[in-house]
Amino acid sequence: MALSEQDVLAGLAELVNDETGIAADAVQMDKSFTDDLDIDSISMMTIVVNAEDKFGVKIPDEEVKNLITVADAVNYITSNQG
Amino acid sequence: MRRVVVTGIGATTPLGGDAQSSWQALLEGKSGVATLEQEWVARHELPVTFAAQAKVPAAEVLTPQEAKRLDPSSQLALISGRQAWEDAGSPEVEPERLAVDFATGIGGVWTLLDAYDALNERGPRRVLPMTVPMLMPNGPAAAIGMDLAARGGVRTAVSACASGNESIANGFHRVQRGEADVVVAGGAEAAIHPLPIAAFAAMQALSKRNDNPGAASRPYDTDRDGFVMGEGAGALVLEEYESAKARGARIYCEIVGGSVTSDAYHITAPDPEGSGAARAVIAALEQADAKASDVEHVNAHATSTPVGDIAEFTALKRVFGSHIDNLVVTATKSATGHLLGGAGAVEAIFTILALKEQMSPGTLNLDNQDPQIPLNVPRKPHSLSRKEAVAISNSFGFGGHNAVLAFRNV
Repeated sequence: MALSEQDVLAGLAELVNDETGIAADAVQMDKSFTDDLDIDSISMMTIVVNAEDKFGVKIPDEEVKNLITVADAVNYITSNQG
Repeated sequence: MRRVVVTGIGATTPLGGDAQSSWQALLEGKSGVATLEQEWVARHELPVTFAAQAKVPAAEVLTPQEAKRLDPSSQLALISGRQAWEDAGSPEVEPERLAVDFATGIGGVWTLLDAYDALNERGPRRVLPMTVPMLMPNGPAAAIGMDLAARGGVRTAVSACASGNESIANGFHRVQRGEADVVVAGGAEAAIHPLPIAAFAAMQALSKRNDNPGAASRPYDTDRDGFVMGEGAGALVLEEYESAKARGARIYCEIVGGSVTSDAYHITAPDPEGSGAARAVIAALEQADAKASDVEHVNAHATSTPVGDIAEFTALKRVFGSHIDNLVVTATKSATGHLLGGAGAVEAIFTILALKEQMSPGTLNLDNQDPQIPLNVPRKPHSLSRKEAVAISNSFGFGGHNAVLAFRNV
């Protein structure tokens, strides 16, 4: 069963917290990964790979640069779940 | 040349989570060696089932995010570096005048092998992006340099088990020559992993005393059968003497010598004549402007291998002649195991505290002293009697590396 947007957001926030220590409730849809959350490219790639495992999706490397905001990532994951 | 003093010490060792608790446990005759409980010991049917693990796991000290981005060797390094810095009173120094010299013998071996397992089992996508900075041998030095914002140069000496001493010698010379005013120097190792254990065991370097791990590290004893792998880190804050005095820093002692020589004899075996090791001791004493008879205390390399312990004695005999009987020698690896790239730094701390407190640690498991090694090696802590005397600490490494440090009370 496909996860809801809220479930994906909560799961993603958990991955961000685990990797960076940023509080899960700071990970909101309108936040930019780099400008607002100060996540560097190495952490971003780690979060992406962990998100692939957690949500059962493929996120190609060329897609990662389009994931500017948390909403971009949540939308990509919800619309590409297997 | 400028004078250089030690104003801070930090350590995480098999005896304790900091320098003072490690020193106390050492004086109390405790051993940090124990049977390994990890499942991989039985899974790989390792021929050696014990080691000297860090007493306080790094995960109990660092935040999860710090630990996640650092190989275990860098975790231990960072812990020791922060302790040393705090112990020194966090000296105010221009970042461009603050440097790091921090060693490891092997580097990020856990990271490298975990990543290879991930590649084999789950493919290249699961090789994490932090793999390279975590496995590189300059990782421990870089972790400390980043943490303290040291911009005067961050360097790593890699010379197997002499690495820690070599880094401290390098740091000493940098402050002495005026290239930096403060250097955090030391070494770390975290290689208690099945592959290094199997590899060291394959070369017959490790003790196989599986039934009695606490008795396995027995330098100078007739029944010694190899070294015991240990893990941990030690860090010193080295500082220019006049500025340390001016800021009212607590000064442990002065570092007066740091020398490196090489055997070019055999890749692993020590030169049985001990000439390279002897030259290193002599060079350290020359830097200290000291005579052999000025030395009272020696923290020996003494790993508990049959040939290594004798070769070091031969070297000491060459340097000290009849004065050798006046030396108070300690082999602290009897308690800590062999911390490889971290050994020199932790033993430097023990040497510094021995000088400061005028008390040599005892040596464990010395039940029957090898008659070929007639050194004065007290079993229990033993008072030193000459406050103005020099103390030296030896480290030798595969590759024929010899590195010797010399300290003296100010």
